[in-house]
Amino acid sequence: MSVLFVLISACLLMALLFLLAFVWSVKAGQYDDDYTPSVRILFDDTTRSDSSNKTNPEQ
Amino acid sequence: MTVETFKYDNRWVRNFAFASFLWGFVGMLVGLIIALQLVFPQLNFVEWTTFGRLRPLHTNAVIFAFVGNGIFMGVYYSLQRLLKARMWSDALSAIHFWGWQLIIVAAAITLPLGLSAGKEYAELEWPIDIAITLIWVVFGINMFATILTRRERHLYVAIWFYIATWITVAMLHIVNSMELPISAFKSYSLYAGVQDALVQWWYGHNAVAFFLTTPYLGLMYYFLPKAANRPVYSYRLSIIHFWALIFLYIWAGPHHLLYTALPDWAQSLGTVFSVMLIAPSWGGMINGLLTLRGAWDKVREDPVLKFMVVAVTAYGMATFEGPLLSIKSVNAISHYTDWTIAHVHVGALGWNGFLTFGILYWLLPRLYNTKLFSVRLANAHFWLGTLGILFYAIPMYWGGIYQSLMWKQFTAEGILKYPNFLETVSYLRPFYIARALGGLLYLTGTTVGIYNLIKTAAQGKFVAEEEASAPALEKNYTPHGTEGWHRVIERRPVQMLIFSFIMVAIGGIIEFVPTFLIESNVPSIASVKPYTPLELHGRDIYIREGCYNCHSQMIRPFRSETERYGEYSKAGEFVYDHPFQFGSKRTGPDLQREGAKYPDSWHYNHMMDPTIMSPGSIMPAYPHIIDHDLDTNTTAAKIKAMQMLGVPYPKGYEAIAGTDLVKQETVIQASLAKDGIKVSKNKEIIAVIAYLQRLGRDIKTNPQTAAAQN
Repeated sequence: MSVLFVLISACLLMALLFLLAFVWSVKAGQYDDDYTPSVRILFDDTTRSDSSNKTNPEQ
Repeated sequence: MTVETFKYDNRWVRNFAFASFLWGFVGMLVGLIIALQLVFPQLNFVEWTTFGRLRPLHTNAVIFAFVGNGIFMGVYYSLQRLLKARMWSDALSAIHFWGWQLIIVAAAITLPLGLSAGKEYAELEWPIDIAITLIWVVFGINMFATILTRRERHLYVAIWFYIATWITVAMLHIVNSMELPISAFKSYSLYAGVQDALVQWWYGHNAVAFFLTTPYLGLMYYFLPKAANRPVYSYRLSIIHFWALIFLYIWAGPHHLLYTALPDWAQSLGTVFSVMLIAPSWGGMINGLLTLRGAWDKVREDPVLKFMVVAVTAYGMATFEGPLLSIKSVNAISHYTDWTIAHVHVGALGWNGFLTFGILYWLLPRLYNTKLFSVRLANAHFWLGTLGILFYAIPMYWGGIYQSLMWKQFTAEGILKYPNFLETVSYLRPFYIARALGGLLYLTGTTVGIYNLIKTAAQGKFVAEEEASAPALEKNYTPHGTEGWHRVIERRPVQMLIFSFIMVAIGGIIEFVPTFLIESNVPSIASVKPYTPLELHGRDIYIREGCYNCHSQMIRPFRSETERYGEYSKAGEFVYDHPFQFGSKRTGPDLQREGAKYPDSWHYNHMMDPTIMSPGSIMPAYPHIIDHDLDTNTTAAKIKAMQMLGVPYPKGYEAIAGTDLVKQETVIQASLAKDGIKVSKNKEIIAVIAYLQRLGRDIKTNPQTAAAQN
């Protein structure tokens, strides 16, 4: 059953990594605003002139 | 603040898109062929196209070629736009693309040749495993370097999903592919038996989780709002369900081994996490569907949204069913049957397939600066695909449950009502026909879709470089003055809750794991001995032919199974099995107690043509095993490798293993000759018979059961 040690430590390590990533993300201000990001992705920042089939919000 | 102008690279997005639907077609076509093989066994044709070799090709092609390229297509498109940055290195993008396609070609060649590691969805042999690792690292470098050079400080939730996907798949692939090579295309798993099974299903389940689910959720969070032109219903919910999902998924693997020889506590651990998974899974589904609130009129008209709605619904159905199937009493019925096959296809055809095509229909007109060639054809594809899913899943549910109940049915006298396994297989024939029809419908839809997409590309002009501009990222960013991280989450009760939950869960695990690990979980059995050299060769042929795709070697402790097959399987019986061959589906009967059940000549005739011994059998014929000479050049290498893995052959045994092998061959040859079968002793069939006759004999079997079987 020695592989259980490997698997459980791998799972724990992964969980710990995710936890650290979570803490970092909160600390770095990733979730300070939980509304704007959902809207921001709808806007395109391409400078192409033709926008015939582009998704232009509120047009 | 300076505004920088830069260009998005669309070339690799386009290439991955084409690779996805072209490989998707191949993978689905192979799926249709193997579905038809179960109805018409004659379609197995030659040794390279038997069911046992094509089924791994089908699963690998659909997972790693169709969905894999779909992931990369979506990531390469959305990542650049979400980060307002070009992919970090054009060279790495090219290496990533061509490397991945070469891996797929290598898989398409080696799997039909029977070069298989013998573990589901991880069949590819060690050189390809290494190539996968390298290309995955290339992908990782390209992605993380792009993230580091971004112009948008906030990482949109989709990117979190991509990051979790990358790191987890890397870990799973490396741990599960630990193998000892004995030649250029043959290796043995470092783990044995129950342990190998645990590692494999830890990998297998999380391949579903982190290859078929998390990256596609990331894609959903980008492409669904874009297609609907609506922000995601709740950005906060997306964050919560992301962290909860990745944390819970990784523990759920053992639910593939319920009622097997895996220690009970590991089974329960898998069940508990699997049941909990419904919460974050449905969080994602609800978030996806509610994004369309107030936009359902668009769904009626836009084929892109139609595909996406069915995809998200299929995700919801599959992730409702997953926890359900992880409950032991349900699993007792569903395991080894076509119910599981239906379950994965709701996920693969519905969730992955439909989301991929939804994205393709949205993306290709943009890449080619044109409109979709035909909305009517896209709608036709949608209905063909939807009907295909229904025609596939419903018969498989019905047939799977019904067959399982037949297996378990006793008469009033207390004997099995259907003692002949084949009877329950024959019952499935109409369901297999309906399933093949479902597959055909779905594949027809895919073909229509590919035609539509190629026409769309042909009528437009490809925009390889898309110019964009965005301000550069400021170097210094102080969101809250000098306060520490804890002050930040204190103001965020929901995140605080998750944070505490993770801490509690991890704490709990750290506490109880050592408690369980104090005593050994695999009690050794003195009478279990290593395989003889001939049996070892036979076992490798068993792996080469992919017998595990249809035959389990794991008898669960139910009366219906011990009556049918014999004594239930013990963990200690598998300690020399590198790799394990428990199997996960019983298209044919379990073979764990096959040894000594039938005479040698029965197996010879059965391999020559299964219908001789079992009229109506749908097993492929294996005349090539009877024709081929056994390659004994590798005997010594095999014994040595097994010794290195801890199998207790006597010291120096590899030198005399060849002699023992010939001795055993002679015995089997004589036994066959007694029944009037003349065969030279160096044929592969002799080794296969040796292996099959050995199975399950190391511990005392119940002679009555064996007799009742015949």
